[in-house]
Amino acid sequence: MQHIIKAVLLGAIVLAAAFATNFARDLSYQVSAIVIILWAGYLFIREIGKIGNPPAPVETGYMDGVVRAGVIATVFWGITGFTVGVWIAFQLAFPDLNLSELTHGYLNFGRLRPLHTSAVIFAFGGNALIATSFYVVQRTSAARLFGGNLAWFVFWGYQLFIVLAALSYVLGASQSREYAEPEWYIDIWLTIVWVAYLVVFAGTIYKRKEPHIYVANWFYLAFIITIAMLHIVNNLAVPVSIFGSKSVSLFSGVQDAMTQWWYGHNAVGFFLTAGFLGMMYYFVPKQANRPVFSYKLSIVHFWALIFLYIWAGPHHLHYTALPDWAQTLGMVMSIILWMPSWGGMINGLMTLSGAWDKLRTDPVLRIMVVSIAFYGMSTFEGPMMAIKAVNSLSHYTDWTIGHVHSGALGWNGMITFGALYFLVPKLWFRERLYSDKLVNYHFWLATIGIVLYASAMWVSGIMEGLMWREVDAQGFLVNAFSDTVVAKFSLLVIRGTGGLFFLTGALIMAYNLWKTAIGAGEATPIKAASSVPAE
Amino acid sequence: MGILDKHGVIERNATLLMVLSLVVVSIGGLVEIVPLFYLQNTIEDVEGMRPYTPLELTGRDIYVREGCYVCHSQMIRPMRDEVERYGHYSLAAESQYDHPFQWGSKRTGPDLARVGGRYSDEWHVDHLSAPRSVVPESIMPQYAFLKRTALNIEYIEDRLIADAMVGVPYTEVMIASAKDDLLAQLDPYSDGIDSLYANYDERVVARNFDGQEELTEMDALIAYLQVLGTMVDFTTFEPVASR
Repeated sequence: MQHIIKAVLLGAIVLAAAFATNFARDLSYQVSAIVIILWAGYLFIREIGKIGNPPAPVETGYMDGVVRAGVIATVFWGITGFTVGVWIAFQLAFPDLNLSELTHGYLNFGRLRPLHTSAVIFAFGGNALIATSFYVVQRTSAARLFGGNLAWFVFWGYQLFIVLAALSYVLGASQSREYAEPEWYIDIWLTIVWVAYLVVFAGTIYKRKEPHIYVANWFYLAFIITIAMLHIVNNLAVPVSIFGSKSVSLFSGVQDAMTQWWYGHNAVGFFLTAGFLGMMYYFVPKQANRPVFSYKLSIVHFWALIFLYIWAGPHHLHYTALPDWAQTLGMVMSIILWMPSWGGMINGLMTLSGAWDKLRTDPVLRIMVVSIAFYGMSTFEGPMMAIKAVNSLSHYTDWTIGHVHSGALGWNGMITFGALYFLVPKLWFRERLYSDKLVNYHFWLATIGIVLYASAMWVSGIMEGLMWREVDAQGFLVNAFSDTVVAKFSLLVIRGTGGLFFLTGALIMAYNLWKTAIGAGEATPIKAASSVPAE
Repeated sequence: MGILDKHGVIERNATLLMVLSLVVVSIGGLVEIVPLFYLQNTIEDVEGMRPYTPLELTGRDIYVREGCYVCHSQMIRPMRDEVERYGHYSLAAESQYDHPFQWGSKRTGPDLARVGGRYSDEWHVDHLSAPRSVVPESIMPQYAFLKRTALNIEYIEDRLIADAMVGVPYTEVMIASAKDDLLAQLDPYSDGIDSLYANYDERVVARNFDGQEELTEMDALIAYLQVLGTMVDFTTFEPVASR
């Protein structure tokens, strides 16, 4: 009976999408509808095949299939996102790489940049968060994931969201809201997937066997709830037609700007910080084999962090037409935010107390520690750049890009790599990683890559900021805008090279993880020992 | 630290943890966003602001589609060099009909808030088609395909209706004559030009923007670029200190 209901539902989706394909007003919408036909059509046929089958046996034990899929997706989207990043970095140095005439503008920087940011933040980071949260919540709650196959719906639904979003940018549908570019119908789909994610995650916590909710799960929960709030409010829009991509945002001008950067900064604060702190709070103690440094510090910095982050948005709008009171409020809160951010850093680093010697022998732990160090560095740099006087120089320049990448590559990238190196041997029942030496190569390539990237962008950003404002003795501007573009060339090449280093490291990781998963160099899998049933 | 010992209550109760988290993360946004809709001085009182004409609005949609905001800001800050380079600092009033706003966050290229009227249409056509032909240092991608792409105006009424629904003052007359107004803006000698002027402003710039017979996306984009920052009458503008 269940299969029949599902098949009817999927059949209805196929029909609706076919209808939408026919009446589509633009290419992006039409292609999206075709993707949905293929996706729902495949599932429809699969469900039809299942009709009449006896009900599947109820599985117990941890649900790790979906985590394995998430790990693969994380690596895949990571490499995709890094590759696009390297490509557009070189587009800025060598504009012919836009291939505008050849591709009719489909691969111009303006369309690929959202593809890069979404691929790394939402596809790479999002899959890493979903996969690790599913792994962590089961272990720390001693319970199987709630909701049966709902976790698989979250996984595949999220991949569909990624594919639809990526296609829409290249095909010319964008809301032009940074880090929230997908149009209205993709936003609605993500909302459905996200609510399912909350149900799976919170449901697992509700049926936990441990009396206390572990600190990593506080962060994961706050991340899921807050992202739901931010996503819904920031994407309030009126579609021009239900058969077209285009929508207009509910708010305009100054209110719209404030809403967008309330969202934008907290995509950083909750997606890239709170969620990843959840990761840190599980994998760092596990890898170091030490308890979290301070329980009290984790309480204080958790509540302070989630309270303060929300206020920091206006620092993206210093000296703009946003009223001064909001700018000042945003600046003050951003500076205070430094404290809870470093609370997290201290708690992570000090967890290694008594285990620092492991840094010499364990390259995975080394990656995790460097990620926390980069977290500390960029959460110091951020509050500094939120000071209006500093911001007057840094805003609109490459310095911002450097800051973002020291956080994104250093903190988010490295902690994810650490978690992946931890997870793959466990999930594929292997004794150890295929090669520690390759982990070491990855570590150095990534670290040097980030240093090249960030330092090139510091020099470039501060230089262009100073060149823009330089006036001569008579009070005339010294530099034309184009002078600053020329001056940045070599730095943009160094930046792209740094990115290439980082990408190469990730490719080495993918090879190493693949070899680990297939059990290269190992005698027998150790299946029995690792798969302790949950219930 | 006795109070922290009580935290155990929250740690054992998932509902409490979720509700408290939601409350804590709601406060900042409520305080910073909601007043912007009520405080009178958020948007300055200026003369000259009008909704975009249908052609300008279509051009704006192309600007959004191509991701121009990724490299170009439309927000001049009140600093000496910016005012010198780009013109009067931007007002909140100037983007009050922008759904969504296009202030941007990065200047890989220069600010465009007041680019309107600075360059000729021919310069824009050349620059968009092959940026390095007019600015050798430029790293902008080429947009020559806009010249070859016919402008789709089939759904222009729906486009204006959507904007009207979110508060842009498009009247029923403006919506009904949207297509005619759009075409009239490309030919100042056409019959529809009076309706365009009456609906929007006598200062609306009407001409063949891309110099070609055909109505292309290039026409619309240049019409939009040429109106940027030109609407407000700064001779009557008085800054408010309390803002």
